[in-house]
Amino acid sequence: MERPAHELPKNWSLENAGDGRLLLNMGPSHPAMHGIVRILLSVEGERIKDADVEIGYLHRGFEKTCENVTYNQVIPYTDRLNYVSPFINNVGYALAVEKLMGIETPERCKYARVIMSELSRLTDHLTCLGASAMELGAFTVYFYLINAREDLYRLTDAVAGGRITPAWSRVGGITRDLPDTFAADTAAVFKKVRANIADADRLLTRNPIFNGRLRGTGKISREDAVSLAFTGPVLRASGVPYDVRKASPYLVYDRFSFDIPVGDAGDNYDRYLVRLEEMRQSMRIVEQALKQIPAGPVNHPGYGVTLPPKEEVYGNIEALMAHFKLTYEGVKPPAGEVYQAVEGGNGELGFYLVSDGTGRPWRLRVRPPCFTLTAGLGRLIKGGYIADIIASFGQINMIGGELER
Amino acid sequence: MPVENILETLKAKLGGKVAETHAFRGDDTAVIAPEAWLEAAAFLKDELGFDFLMDLCGADYLPREPRFEVVCHLYNSKTNARLRLKARLPGARPELDSLTGLWLSADWFEREAWDMYGVDFKGHPDLRRLLMYDSFEGHPLRKDYPLKARQPRIDHAD
Amino acid sequence: MGLETLFGNSFLTTRLDEAINWGRKYSFFQYPFVTACCGMEFMSAWASTYDIARFGAEYPRFSPRQADVLFVVGTVNEKLAPVLKRVYDQMCEPKWVVSFGVCATSGGFYDNYATVQGIDKIIPVDIYIPGCPPRPEAVLDALIRLQEKVSRESVLDKKHAR
Repeated sequence: MERPAHELPKNWSLENAGDGRLLLNMGPSHPAMHGIVRILLSVEGERIKDADVEIGYLHRGFEKTCENVTYNQVIPYTDRLNYVSPFINNVGYALAVEKLMGIETPERCKYARVIMSELSRLTDHLTCLGASAMELGAFTVYFYLINAREDLYRLTDAVAGGRITPAWSRVGGITRDLPDTFAADTAAVFKKVRANIADADRLLTRNPIFNGRLRGTGKISREDAVSLAFTGPVLRASGVPYDVRKASPYLVYDRFSFDIPVGDAGDNYDRYLVRLEEMRQSMRIVEQALKQIPAGPVNHPGYGVTLPPKEEVYGNIEALMAHFKLTYEGVKPPAGEVYQAVEGGNGELGFYLVSDGTGRPWRLRVRPPCFTLTAGLGRLIKGGYIADIIASFGQINMIGGELER
Repeated sequence: MPVENILETLKAKLGGKVAETHAFRGDDTAVIAPEAWLEAAAFLKDELGFDFLMDLCGADYLPREPRFEVVCHLYNSKTNARLRLKARLPGARPELDSLTGLWLSADWFEREAWDMYGVDFKGHPDLRRLLMYDSFEGHPLRKDYPLKARQPRIDHAD
Repeated sequence: MGLETLFGNSFLTTRLDEAINWGRKYSFFQYPFVTACCGMEFMSAWASTYDIARFGAEYPRFSPRQADVLFVVGTVNEKLAPVLKRVYDQMCEPKWVVSFGVCATSGGFYDNYATVQGIDKIIPVDIYIPGCPPRPEAVLDALIRLQEKVSRESVLDKKHAR
């Protein structure tokens, strides 16, 4: 157990640069590092010979904290994992607990969860492309895409009462149903989002500077991407058509027709194209879901799972007791362990949940999609120029909250 | 090769080294004896086609002995099969063979498990802390590490 | 024909403080120390819908030596604390600090081994913005309050000197 503490990689030292190489430190507070990642580079001129990525600057003790709160109290924490696609996180977590309990939610809830998850995917990709375009100098695109995101935030605000941290899902249901005007509002917003995406598309896709920065940079082979357990748009850009929504459909994803865009070069440009197309597919899914969504309840009827309606809490003793017990002790899944994967903005978002039969999780592990991506970042940028780091890092879409939890 | 029942195949191959299997809620799980960890993983990867090491993490079951578990989730992208592989490790000296030779993704996963639980991975090329800082003492996700234990604030190092 | 022609070749009297503070408060160069979720709302406040440029604070400087206002946006943990201190120390006087969101203000609901319970344990703070994350309107409100605070200060103050 006695291992020497060393921050630098093996055989590295800050002084040992006698062979013409230079050690260069990027971050953690660096405009392109999104705040909180440090990359130590060993460079020869402008070429990167070796890179060491250091993380942990946003480690907030998520997993430990969750072992000390009830199952439903975990939900606000899950919002802050991937804060650009919060709905996917709390839907994924709720699905994991429901799998552990062996229950299913009503149809309407499943559709509502799909709709909100896809809106989250849109906000995720818009933020990723907007920020990464800005870092490459295309400031206008940032404004277009963030405006589209702003419209989507208003939708999520209307549904969940929160723009970024909605805490909307619950074990066995959702906090509130979609508002009456939701379908009409969504149609209006999508019109604007489509226009904004089309603008960005026209500004970027055939732009020679953008092409020059993205094409052929941050390349990774299919084999390496699989071995590094890349998932999501970055894996698909390398030619592997793996998407949890198709491979093991959860909720009602098997009832929609949508395509999984796949690249072949495995470079930053393909990642950009994959994300751009995924946004259009997400809107397709939402539109189909809004047509198919049935009327009915949104919460599981069991008193031991979701809070009883308020009129019953005030009117009968059983509901009152259930309300009290659920609030103080939380839902109590049987002892056991499950792994539930959903397709997050960056790829497979997995929740590994161990229950000991009490109201608090014994162990909650999150498999964050951008963890493996960031682990592979050193490999992506090796051999390239320092300037390519900006493009690669932007397309990795590193999100500190889920990376370091 | 398509395999109908992964757990049976694994048991047939490894015999008594598979300590326990279950399929709670449809998740195939195999508990492997620690000494057969690498052998089982290599068999699953090379023979049964589990090309993704989706996740690897530690878990602490204090006061049970063996106290620690290392849990990994494998995925086969051809057959869409998933498998959970676990090894139980003693509390006094938790160590296990590293999977870095089989999957590249094992590198950071194992560093995190070392950081959070203090599980020593033999054969890992560069096992050091990932999320916490160097001078941090202990392993925070262990059950006997208090949630709110604060350590002295560190100074900036170049 | 603007206002300036009305005065011709004459002069205007004011207090030195007022003239300097007027200049300072409408031209904040901010250093966004963005770590976490709050950064998303910071981006929103910055983009065209909320348009922080209307308050003269749109231009981020990623070098602490060129910045006047340090926006600490998001959770700061024990590993990041020395970095924040270093960035603050490198800023020139006069400088102000805005604690953006509850994590920066008090640690928020992350009360555990890893997080710092408020950045005021490390550096002095001028304005706290509540919210998890704060809405962009709250950010703009905080900016106006900071401007008010700056306009009350005197160039003779040794507030930030230590």
